[in-house]
Amino acid sequence: MRRGASLLKAENVAFVIFLAYLVVYPSTTDEFSIGNTAYFMAISLMALSLALIWGKAGILSFGQTAFFGVGGYLYGIYTLNVIGSDATWIGILVGVLAGGLVAAVLGYFMFFGGVNDVFVGLTTLALTLVLQTFMAQTAGPEWSVGEARLNGYNGMYVPQISFGDMALYGKPLYFLYFAIMIGVYVLLRWLAGSRWGYGLLALQENRPRTETFGYNVRLMQVQVFALAGGIAALSGVLYASWGSYIDPSSMGLTAAITPVIYVAIGGRRSLTAAMISSMILLQLSQSLASSAPEYALVIFGLLALLAVLFVPEGFMVALFNVIDRWLFRRSVRDTSQGSGEVVPGRGELA
Amino acid sequence: MLNVVFNALYQFQVSFSFLLLSAIGLAVIFGMMGVINLAHGEFMMLGAYITTIAATQGVPLVLAIVIAALGVAAFGAIVEILVVRRLYGRLLDSVAATWAVGLILSQGMLILTGPSMQGVSSPFGSFTVGQTSYSWYRVLLGVISLVLLALLYLLFMNTKFGLRARATIQDPAIARALGVDTPRMYTMTFALGSALAGLAGGLFALTATIVPFFGTNYIVEAFVTVIVGGANALLGTPIAAALLGAINAALGTKYGLYIGRVGLLLTTIIIIRVLPDGISGLLERWRMRPSGARSRK
Repeated sequence: MRRGASLLKAENVAFVIFLAYLVVYPSTTDEFSIGNTAYFMAISLMALSLALIWGKAGILSFGQTAFFGVGGYLYGIYTLNVIGSDATWIGILVGVLAGGLVAAVLGYFMFFGGVNDVFVGLTTLALTLVLQTFMAQTAGPEWSVGEARLNGYNGMYVPQISFGDMALYGKPLYFLYFAIMIGVYVLLRWLAGSRWGYGLLALQENRPRTETFGYNVRLMQVQVFALAGGIAALSGVLYASWGSYIDPSSMGLTAAITPVIYVAIGGRRSLTAAMISSMILLQLSQSLASSAPEYALVIFGLLALLAVLFVPEGFMVALFNVIDRWLFRRSVRDTSQGSGEVVPGRGELA
Repeated sequence: MLNVVFNALYQFQVSFSFLLLSAIGLAVIFGMMGVINLAHGEFMMLGAYITTIAATQGVPLVLAIVIAALGVAAFGAIVEILVVRRLYGRLLDSVAATWAVGLILSQGMLILTGPSMQGVSSPFGSFTVGQTSYSWYRVLLGVISLVLLALLYLLFMNTKFGLRARATIQDPAIARALGVDTPRMYTMTFALGSALAGLAGGLFALTATIVPFFGTNYIVEAFVTVIVGGANALLGTPIAAALLGAINAALGTKYGLYIGRVGLLLTTIIIIRVLPDGISGLLERWRMRPSGARSRK
């Protein structure tokens, strides 16, 4: 009874509508829009990774784009060097593992060193910027790994994901990306509801107290950081293979802030809100890009600022809450509180 | 031989002064409020623009830089009152919010002034030792950073503001109980940190091209210096700048700018594993050891 009631909430309804829309969408539109939406889905994985690390574990990472870049580049380097029918699939794995590994190593140094809160943000942002400056100077021919030329700002050529000799594009690619995004989402929802996920929620509220309950807080932080790094790397792999291209600007300052903005606007505590709002905002940013490209980031910056100041749970989560309350008032004898775990946390000062 | 030694010293002091000037404003704010101002780079950019615009209008250079520092201080005070103040106790949110402010600033500047602006070249020319030529202005930057440290020391140790600021850092609740207007202290400190960012931006404006993303060239240096230095801006930051400056100069001269930056980051990552509170934390522990009774904690 209780379980059934808690499943029927605005967040889940929105997810089902979103899912149905994405399934139907390709048969209603042209090839270009299908490809474009596949690109949105690739990027929204990065928003999911940030919602996991920031919303579920209270770690604000600005390094998701660094892992994104590591994933994209490593996928490219592997698939350019290894020829084979399933090379791209192993390449995806290589990219994801590389991103996860870099995150695990950095996470080990940070969390076992006792670094937390704003310093994690600073360190991860520094990593992003250093990686960008490093990749930016790889234009010369001496910067190549086997067949793969890194090519600095000219960008690196990246092979597409392919079955045998046939590169995926159009609807099959769309549904591959769709399956991956939904798969990651479902995995994260399940993890967030597991014992481990509850531990994360606890350590977000109060680390020392969680530790006294017997949780290995630092290990859990490294685990979630590595997982989020792997997902961001997956996003990078899908992005790079989608456009057959990756360059260092995907790790720049502007690139690093965009997932934070998407998640802050949508709502970091909800994976659903992060995923859906990032797709909507990507669409919005693209339509702005054709008319007023410079203004897009100013508008997004303002929206994020307003969200942090006045709607800290995020606009979409706030909307979910309003709908839940409205339904709650109208429904008879629904004892569960509508919004589940969405309790804006009181941060700890230092 | 002498040339090599001089070159090394010169590179070191240039690295040191760039790291110190980039970081000191960020460190002052962090030390006081625990808030990291992610718009720091954009505040520097603002300082650079104000300096450049004033200087091209015929304002003397020194005055232009002072105007930049004051202008950015005023802007910082506004940001503190409108944004940061609302987010006390929500550190991560204040980080995200200041980042959004930074994004709005840099993109807004791009819209207002276009992708780049005619800069002002650095004064005083250069001198040569052996075969290599060196810039007087960069030597002056080193002198300025030392003078700035001395002034900050005097400000925090010998003035009413400094006394109240230190009280607020040590225990905001008690300071408030004793009549210190802590919100005002926070605003003033934020303005001070912003002024230092504007000053650094103005000083660096003479050595770089003026673009809306001017700040990104310095924030990595600022971040790593603050991370390594820790919460004590007067002691931790200069020591961190010296340490990182030595590493940066050594790697940078030998392998180039990028490897120097990578070296900075790797050093920082290793240091936080050993010293999570940075050099300030180490100094604090070291200072507390002989007379533990002085410690509150």
